[in-house]
Amino acid sequence: MVNLFFEDSTRTRISFEAAAKRLSADVINFSAKGSSVSKGESLKDTALTLEAMGADAVVIRHGSSGAPHRLAHSGWIGGSVVNAGDGTHEHPTQALLDAFTMRRHLAGGTGDLEGRRVTIVGDVLHSRVARSNVLLLATLGAEVTLVAPPTLLPVGVETWPCATSYDLDSHLTKADAVMMLRVQRERMNAAFFPSAREYSRRYGLDGRRMAQLPDHAIVMHPGPMNRGMEIAAEVADAPRSVIVEQVTNGVSVRMAVLYLLLGGAQLGAPGDSLDTAAEA
Amino acid sequence: MSDTTYIIRSAKILGGDAADLVLRDGIIAEITAPGVASHDGAIEVDAAGLVALPGLVDLHTHLREPGREDAETVESGTRAAAAGGFTAVFAMANTDPVADTAGTVEQVWRLGHEAGYADVQPVGAVTIGLGGEQLAELGAMATSAAQVRVFSDDGTCVHDAVIMRRALEYVKAFDGVIAQHAQEPRLTEDAQMNEGALSGILGLRGWPAVAEEAIIARDVLLAEHVGSRLHVCHVSTAGSVEIVRTAKARGVDVTAEVTPHHLLLTEDLVSSYDPVFKVNPPLRSKADVEALRAGLADGTIDIVATDHAPHPVEDKDCEWSAAAMGMLGLETALGVVAEAMVATGLLDWAGVADRMSVRPARIGRLEGHGRPIAVGEPANLVLLDPARRRTVTASELQSRSPNTPYAGRTLPVTVVATFLRGRATVLDGAVVTAVHA
Repeated sequence: MVNLFFEDSTRTRISFEAAAKRLSADVINFSAKGSSVSKGESLKDTALTLEAMGADAVVIRHGSSGAPHRLAHSGWIGGSVVNAGDGTHEHPTQALLDAFTMRRHLAGGTGDLEGRRVTIVGDVLHSRVARSNVLLLATLGAEVTLVAPPTLLPVGVETWPCATSYDLDSHLTKADAVMMLRVQRERMNAAFFPSAREYSRRYGLDGRRMAQLPDHAIVMHPGPMNRGMEIAAEVADAPRSVIVEQVTNGVSVRMAVLYLLLGGAQLGAPGDSLDTAAEA
Repeated sequence: MSDTTYIIRSAKILGGDAADLVLRDGIIAEITAPGVASHDGAIEVDAAGLVALPGLVDLHTHLREPGREDAETVESGTRAAAAGGFTAVFAMANTDPVADTAGTVEQVWRLGHEAGYADVQPVGAVTIGLGGEQLAELGAMATSAAQVRVFSDDGTCVHDAVIMRRALEYVKAFDGVIAQHAQEPRLTEDAQMNEGALSGILGLRGWPAVAEEAIIARDVLLAEHVGSRLHVCHVSTAGSVEIVRTAKARGVDVTAEVTPHHLLLTEDLVSSYDPVFKVNPPLRSKADVEALRAGLADGTIDIVATDHAPHPVEDKDCEWSAAAMGMLGLETALGVVAEAMVATGLLDWAGVADRMSVRPARIGRLEGHGRPIAVGEPANLVLLDPARRRTVTASELQSRSPNTPYAGRTLPVTVVATFLRGRATVLDGAVVTAVHA
């Protein structure tokens, strides 16, 4: 298995590596960062190189939306392709681990998430985590609400299988889970919001807001966190925070993904990708 | 000019009545009833069932030479033009070096003349290096051997309102026209596809319709204010059509073009993440396509222009965001227009001749092209078979680059012959190898 990471990532790469090693797969880490070749050439040529070395699976993280789809459908490689996050498109294994975590806490570990209310807060526009979660959670029956300033909601979000809101406070008292998304401070330079402080005040989850949540509600974050920006330290470290558990569950879920793809389970022909499955 | 005399037998002129055409000494020497014309030593072309149109004129072609000869050359690009039924192409200025001096436009013009497959009329840059800051020597280009009349920074927008105003005013001195690539730069930074529900789902940065429409609206007002002629390149949205329609109704001297691909293809093709569908302006919605077709049919949009944009394979064989924007157009334009406009009943063949030959020649002030099919007129003609469908294969195209979005698609017509001043550049569906013979 090859970890092919064109973008910086610590937790996802390590998580896939740990999952593969627990399944006794051989793992090669390939970091394309700093490569002098142009992006396009390096994706194709890297793929051909990995194919020539006989990689059975490629776990790819790429800054360009659709790059895993392209890798899986271009004919460059024959092995399985797992999307470990592409641009502002999707992050399917993150959604799987988030859903897994929610099912453990909100559905007794079995069944779907029918009727559970999940509030996802933050930079939806640039978030692959939000996209994959909306698709998966809606499929599992959850009622998803995206909360963000209007500038950070994509055009056409009204066609997504979820609700949207500009006001965080009105959604706290009935939420079963609140997922905070990372917001880059630099976004204020492109006028998505006036300042980090104002963002934090309007959309950050602090102790006061956390106190409005029902007792059973959990707080989630895909990481890495900006403590003090979208989430206060006291919230991140609170008992209802399952952020660290998400990381643990991530390894298990990724083991399952790799096992289904590579462990002899018949999912389909070589070249099928979870990327495709998640998009379908 | 050519020593050869051709008798074209029983061609349907503009799709109407059949006639024989005698091409001699570069002009249409005779037009007779079918089967009547005769001339010693003439080469006969059986055109029974074929439609004769004036040679097509493309106001918007990227020939890439000088600078990107790996993508296209004047010769390969004009071969592609001939294969598509064109007898003249306007070569866009965004070459390397940019065509912003008399020397460069003369070089391109001369290369076209030497290649001999189609007349190459260079477009001059509006600003030095397409930089948008300082006017290029528009007058020098206008008075050069290339006789430039169309000026465009195509590829980038003349976004500075003062520069645009001055350019519109300045070219009045030599009956020039500014062809604007309407794209508000700040609204389209790193834009990848049409902004809408699909761009949100695919996670690709959106290119909103308003970025095109805002510039067109500004420019028609500027053109009205200074009394200048404005041409709008590759209009792609329903809103743009409406703005041009309103401007024309107010009497503004504005013309507009639409590409073949914006008449046929829609943004849902982007779901494949195959960069062959990446183009600027981007493929839009079905509603936009319908509005563009209606606009072309009612004359709001004056012409079809290909925006033929060759890119070598490595610039498309990559992930979406790294890929170059643009698609081939010359060799498929007529087939696409036939499918989008003729098969749908929106235009007849006379209408196609008007939108793809007469009007583009007029906008570009190009003499000898876009003329009626009549005795004494230059023998610039295309013969097409309206009943012979053709499947597009990238490797069979004349262009040096393979980036056609129509590969595998079947288009309704086939170009059988093209004549440039009485000389065949395409005969029996094949490009003539030695056009100077």
